[in-house]
Amino acid sequence: MPQLLLEIFSEEIPARMQQGAARDLDRMVSDRLKAAGLTWDALTTYAGPRRLTLVIDGLPAATPDREEEIKGPKASAPEQALEGFLRKTGLTRDQLTERDGVLYAVLSSKGRATTDLIAETVDQVIRAFPWPKSMRWGSGSLRWVRPIKRILCLFDGKVVPFEIDGIQSDAITEGHRFLGSGQLLKASDFVDYRTQLEREFVLLDVADRKLRILEEAKAACAARGLVLVDDDGLLDEVAGLAEWPTPILGDMDPQFLALPPEVVRLSMKVHQKYFAVRSSPPSGGSTREAGEGGAPQLAPNFLVVANVEATDGGKALAAGNSRVLSARLNDARFFWDEDQKVGFDAWNEKLKGVTFHAKLGTLAERVERIAALAREIAPLVGADADQAETAARLCKADLASGMVGEFPELQGIMGGYYARLAGYPDAVADAVRDHYKPQGPADTVPTAPVTVAVALADKLDTLVGFFAIDEKPTGSKDPFALRRAALGVIRLVLENGVRLSLGGVLFGVAVASKFGAPTGILAFFADRLTVLLRDQGQRHDLVAAVFALGDDDLVRIVRRVEALAAFLATDDGANLLAGYKRASNILRAEEKKGPVPTGMVQTGLPNQPEAETTLAFAVNAARTAVETALESEDFAAAMTALAALRAPVDAFFEAVMVNSEVPEERDNRLKLLGQVRDVMGQVADFGQIAG
Amino acid sequence: MTTSTEPLAFQDLILTLHRYWGEQGCAILQPYDIEVGAGTLHPATVLRALGSKPWKAAYVQPSRRPGDGRYGENPNRLQHYYQYQVILKPNPDNLQELYLGSLAAIGIDPKLHDIRFVEDDWENPTVGAWGLGWEVWCDGMEVTQFTYFQGVGGIEVDVVSGELTYGLERLAMYVQGVDNVYDLKFTKEGLTYGEVFLENERQQSEANFHGYDVDGLKRRFEDMVAEVSRLLALTGPQGQPLVLPAYDQVLKASHLFNLMDARGAIAVAERQSYIGRIRELCKACATAYVERERGEA
Repeated sequence: MPQLLLEIFSEEIPARMQQGAARDLDRMVSDRLKAAGLTWDALTTYAGPRRLTLVIDGLPAATPDREEEIKGPKASAPEQALEGFLRKTGLTRDQLTERDGVLYAVLSSKGRATTDLIAETVDQVIRAFPWPKSMRWGSGSLRWVRPIKRILCLFDGKVVPFEIDGIQSDAITEGHRFLGSGQLLKASDFVDYRTQLEREFVLLDVADRKLRILEEAKAACAARGLVLVDDDGLLDEVAGLAEWPTPILGDMDPQFLALPPEVVRLSMKVHQKYFAVRSSPPSGGSTREAGEGGAPQLAPNFLVVANVEATDGGKALAAGNSRVLSARLNDARFFWDEDQKVGFDAWNEKLKGVTFHAKLGTLAERVERIAALAREIAPLVGADADQAETAARLCKADLASGMVGEFPELQGIMGGYYARLAGYPDAVADAVRDHYKPQGPADTVPTAPVTVAVALADKLDTLVGFFAIDEKPTGSKDPFALRRAALGVIRLVLENGVRLSLGGVLFGVAVASKFGAPTGILAFFADRLTVLLRDQGQRHDLVAAVFALGDDDLVRIVRRVEALAAFLATDDGANLLAGYKRASNILRAEEKKGPVPTGMVQTGLPNQPEAETTLAFAVNAARTAVETALESEDFAAAMTALAALRAPVDAFFEAVMVNSEVPEERDNRLKLLGQVRDVMGQVADFGQIAG
Repeated sequence: MTTSTEPLAFQDLILTLHRYWGEQGCAILQPYDIEVGAGTLHPATVLRALGSKPWKAAYVQPSRRPGDGRYGENPNRLQHYYQYQVILKPNPDNLQELYLGSLAAIGIDPKLHDIRFVEDDWENPTVGAWGLGWEVWCDGMEVTQFTYFQGVGGIEVDVVSGELTYGLERLAMYVQGVDNVYDLKFTKEGLTYGEVFLENERQQSEANFHGYDVDGLKRRFEDMVAEVSRLLALTGPQGQPLVLPAYDQVLKASHLFNLMDARGAIAVAERQSYIGRIRELCKACATAYVERERGEA
């Protein structure tokens, strides 16, 4: 069956937009062809620096004849409804069919040549293409990401004729801008197209370009005993910047290794799009960016991915890049040196003029709040209050430094370096460096007490402030990253076992900040915790069962959920839950009729079944044991205490009829069931648990 | 730079570009005689990009960035440097090829060096101008800003102009293989860039950062602002608004703002308001310019 090949050849497409464009092209063409009733064997799209390509194999030469049934008004509907329907369908009343009192129209349409459909589709797709940013060029009115130079469009080996804003479709494309022969390439089908392009130094598929980069980069490094520092984001970007990506290893002046490695790497990556290189392989062929514990030890080299195989083997090109890098790193060193002359006091002074948010004051005011809060939190996390306050007072200063002005990504990191150089203790410098952590679900959580205090203070201030001015996240919108901040607080608290009443702390922050009441913030935390625990595999209903107790100590909540989950996984737990449900159903039914008796359960009544007295004693024993266990927060022991109820509860339901005809017996048994529910309710709201 | 011939001296680089773009039909203009922060601000670009009349020009423009002065001590940063500016309206279809031709003319061989078009959407908020295009990289160094103008003075353009801005010093440093701008050969005979400009950088840096009288700058800024509105309200011998003289005053106001900024006299909170005022003036000039052209047609 015939093949469709489409290439939109343009001037250089921004790297970051290419893969999205490939997906959009796929979707937009698929949707239109499907709507015309076409099916096909395979559709693939490719995106690169100068071209978007689509190939569809097994596309029929014509669209099918189609019959479409459209549901109309009821046969009994008023005249106007019928007239409207006839107008819409272009049929007459006697052409409609009636089924179950409803009228239907059957519209049939003849199939058409796929070529015509393609011409129409390409025009529509190009005109409606959702580029993040598009432009006009010359005197034309067409919009595209950059000027379109050619459109290649072949169906079944023949050019699909059309013209869009003066651009005539053809079978012609071009190879690499510099390495190619300069001849125009005439393609006959996809394989021919791809083969000719590759001969002319164009790798069509981004996967091929990435593979070439990685293979050649690693080989170039290995040849000199070096190791490439992998960076997937950078790889994606450089693979979009070259049609024939050619890695070249260059040398860097070793004196720049005296700069912080984060600065060197970022300078290489952001400004120059170079990969960093390490000197000694720890193990394996390459290494990830190191997480906490610092950046990798860099080698005085860099790896640039050029778009040409230079005629001199890349010597001139490597030397040129090396000079540019030196100039960049000289700039970075200028900031590094100048920043050290300026220092924290001057930066903090500058923060007085920087607005954090129109309703939440300046950054300097925010620093004041964080400092006070860090001091409050310090004893809760075992940190020295003075150190926590000091670190908090320094933590935002680097935002006014030259280096962070140049590289916003280095916020915190630079503050950490500068604090250490200024002679602050490591605990303070570390806190300045790491107080933004954790920045996402994958980021590590700080454990150093001073850092934990400042990190918590930073996030709590943000959350309380934005909630107070009613800037809460809605749906997918969370412009101030409050979900991330709340998750950060939760992880800091849980992973460090910080014991606090969250409600109390939030209230304290709100009072101190004077922004007003942060309504709904505790519920927001509850939601985030539920999401976190669910992601860790905890049952949603167990979290709800514990939340229902109204506790706001996150550590205790999680321990309780874990103990509860372990208990319910046991035979005793599952059966006791069933018993609980039975008891609570009976009580609920009784509650509908009127007040249910409560109070002391009588034992030793005449004719009292043994199972009843046994349960009564067991409940008393369990109550004492549960209370003792909860007091020492030994949730496992609390569960064990409940487990002791399982056999008596089962035996009770087996042997005793609650609804006795003797009112005293019935009252006593209802009181007993009420006590079972209450004792269990101290541990969790078992009513919320499914099962 | 590994070429068989002697690399071009600074002035020969300019002369080569003049010849090249002159041959492409550009009017070779001279620098505008008012201080500007970028070659784009020359009325030959900003105003001519408006309306629908075709236009081709190339010129060198000194760019004044008072805050970038480093007393002649930084090998890469200057408060006064040159841009080579080309504007082609409407942009020809082969503008990229024409541009690459200009690189070849100054001795950059694309088979030896890595020439790349890297996304960079240009915007100048002070004159309300924006466009899409690239930074052109040569071996990792940005040598040219390549822009398709989409709007100027807050007005969407009728016809798209292609604009090329070459950073002349950087390009020359690259071509000559020099790491310090002051070591550039200005002439083939060996006069250096430093001999021409080092003393200027020292004195101007001092004046920019410490010399100018802030109150005087502010006063003159307000005078220029008032002058723009006054001039735009007047008409010339053919009944036209006095856009060109008014725009001159906008440029002067803009430079005064840059001087105040370098002196540290602009508070963070005031900054946006100053920039907004200049943008509004620019917009008034652009609007008057477009209306005038429509009136002629």
